[in-house]
Amino acid sequence: MPNQRNLSRRQFLATTAFGAAATVTGSIAMPSVLHAQGASVKLGVLHPVTGALSYSGQQGRLGAMMAIEEINAAGGIKGLGKIDAVLGDAQSTPDGGTAEVEKMNSAEVACIVGGYASNICLATTQAAARYELPYVVDVGVADGIVTRGLKNTFRFGPGFGVISKTALANLAAINDQAGKPARTVMIVHEDSLFGSGLAKLLNAQLPQQGFEILETIPHPTPTRDFNNVVLKIKAQNPDIVIPANYYNEYVLLARTMQQQQVRPKGIYSVLGGAASSYKFVKEFPDAAKYIMDCNHWFDPRNERAQALKKKVEGKDQFFTYEVYMNYSCVNLIADALQRAGSAERAKLTAALASSTFDGHLMPYGPTKFVNGQNEGAAPVNTQVLDNDIKVVLPTAFANGKPVFPRPV
Amino acid sequence: MLSPAILIPAILNGLLIGAIYALVALGLTLIYGVLHIINFAHGALLSAALFAAFFAFRLLGLDPYLAVFLLAPIFFALGYALQRFIIGPASHGDDRNMLLVTLGIAVIIENALLYAFRADTRTIDVAYAFQTIDIGSTFLAVPRVVGFVGAFAVAIVLWLIMTFTDTGRAIRAVAKEKLGAELAGIDVAHVYALTFGLGTACVAIAACLLLPSYYVNPSVGDAFVLVAFTIVVLGGMGSVPGALIGALLIGVAESLSGLFLGESLGQIGIFLIFIVVLLVRPSGLFGARA
Repeated sequence: MPNQRNLSRRQFLATTAFGAAATVTGSIAMPSVLHAQGASVKLGVLHPVTGALSYSGQQGRLGAMMAIEEINAAGGIKGLGKIDAVLGDAQSTPDGGTAEVEKMNSAEVACIVGGYASNICLATTQAAARYELPYVVDVGVADGIVTRGLKNTFRFGPGFGVISKTALANLAAINDQAGKPARTVMIVHEDSLFGSGLAKLLNAQLPQQGFEILETIPHPTPTRDFNNVVLKIKAQNPDIVIPANYYNEYVLLARTMQQQQVRPKGIYSVLGGAASSYKFVKEFPDAAKYIMDCNHWFDPRNERAQALKKKVEGKDQFFTYEVYMNYSCVNLIADALQRAGSAERAKLTAALASSTFDGHLMPYGPTKFVNGQNEGAAPVNTQVLDNDIKVVLPTAFANGKPVFPRPV
Repeated sequence: MLSPAILIPAILNGLLIGAIYALVALGLTLIYGVLHIINFAHGALLSAALFAAFFAFRLLGLDPYLAVFLLAPIFFALGYALQRFIIGPASHGDDRNMLLVTLGIAVIIENALLYAFRADTRTIDVAYAFQTIDIGSTFLAVPRVVGFVGAFAVAIVLWLIMTFTDTGRAIRAVAKEKLGAELAGIDVAHVYALTFGLGTACVAIAACLLLPSYYVNPSVGDAFVLVAFTIVVLGGMGSVPGALIGALLIGVAESLSGLFLGESLGQIGIFLIFIVVLLVRPSGLFGARA
């Protein structure tokens, strides 16, 4: 008698396709909305805390929660009480993020902060707009997030346009200062909205700065192996490699370049996932040495930023940009709530739109939203020097001088 | 046309990454071939094994290659217990229940790891992680070469166990005819658990060989599990040589399609090979004909 418990190949393929998809996308996961207790203003804290972007998402949540704890410890929002965090997990996908916005709207939050990735933010801000629910984007850099005319959407940090313009101007300045040793460039970028959008801008703007682009290499997230990418870099021998990807892939790329003994004159990241990360510098000091990055960064002269850095490190965590961006965003919302004197969505939206908040940790100056974009927001250039991350440009915030080309 | 200076290293790298896939797929094909369990917990168990190898290194100072001898028995016992006390009893002999039970175990393991260790990406820094073997203009990473040798060693050991030992004979007997094996006095529940344990031990070995060149986080196993399922079907379900050869083929196909079509489209090569093989040999490369 044949074994009746055997599955046919068709059954196997059908069931594995379902299960593997569920496992990989994480669509079957733990309930992800958790509530704090005993507060009167509900704030949606939405990040991708599971899936491929979970590290960045958890760091973002950490920053937001630290700000909320501090505000609540100081008595909460004057006249409105304490902030009640409604936590959401976007599961590293736009669909996951949208589902959380629906839950948060049902939970009657006054505002949502977070999103992290551009593709998630694009979806979540749009979903929130249907309910006229104010949304403060923490990181998502795609310019499309704030150019769709959504009245509910505010981005505290800079977008692609400003970042790529600043990055290229600074690259040209650093290259000029060194006697123009670099002429050729290769771009390695992740292939979602963030990396692809940035690569498109770089492709348009780098030739205007006198650089020749040898090749632009997209890759998915996650990527398991970078040997082929590095082989291509090795074969074309560019003066500068520009990576634009998330943390894990950035680390794998840098490690593989070190392994394959590929040493361009400079690695100049634009929003490099690991280039401005203390974790990367600590764990791979040799691979990280002299890497430059144009990225979000706190104001090193700001005492509150330094105090928060110590506090975060005291929790055995790294002080990454997700932490202080979200910390600043929550404080921005708290300021708007206080000025609005109400958690009503329309009033809060108006208060955010007219914000001049300057109690943040970034080198931005007072906040000024124009069509939802904080016009004061700008990135800085950092470089890994002496096993530390130093700001090298703009000089107003610098605590180090750029080293280029990389010493052999 | 790409020069041999790129093509040859790309093929070699494909073989090396294919060997890592083989290590993951070997356990899966064993569990499916004998138990007919489509084990969705395989990726989560890989994540758990990577964490175990990571903490063995951090807390005990145990090199991942030495940790194989500690973690393989531990994960064998874990796999044995999972099948004997959870999957077997909870599924009531229904294949669909088994799918859901293993999917449930996967969700529990991943979320437990996330709760315990957060989503931090962790890596270890060992002296040989950046060492390479120089073959002409090609640098082969030492950890990947060790993984390649390890995959062959594991495949050979598994094949020897299955072919020449009483345990292997019992496993094959249960795979072919469960009722007959039971009538011949074989403890079927024990054999099921034994096989699940062997498959899980393979995952632990894969984790130890992968750790020096890769990172650890709670969802890291997901990156490998889908390709491992593809390999199991491609190689022939339940076939040890099939999993090994299929994995190497998939590794090279992925590497070359990544090279020619770009990394974003690298997966296309995998599924093209998969479709072609299934069209020509529906039972897979080494699968027995129905």
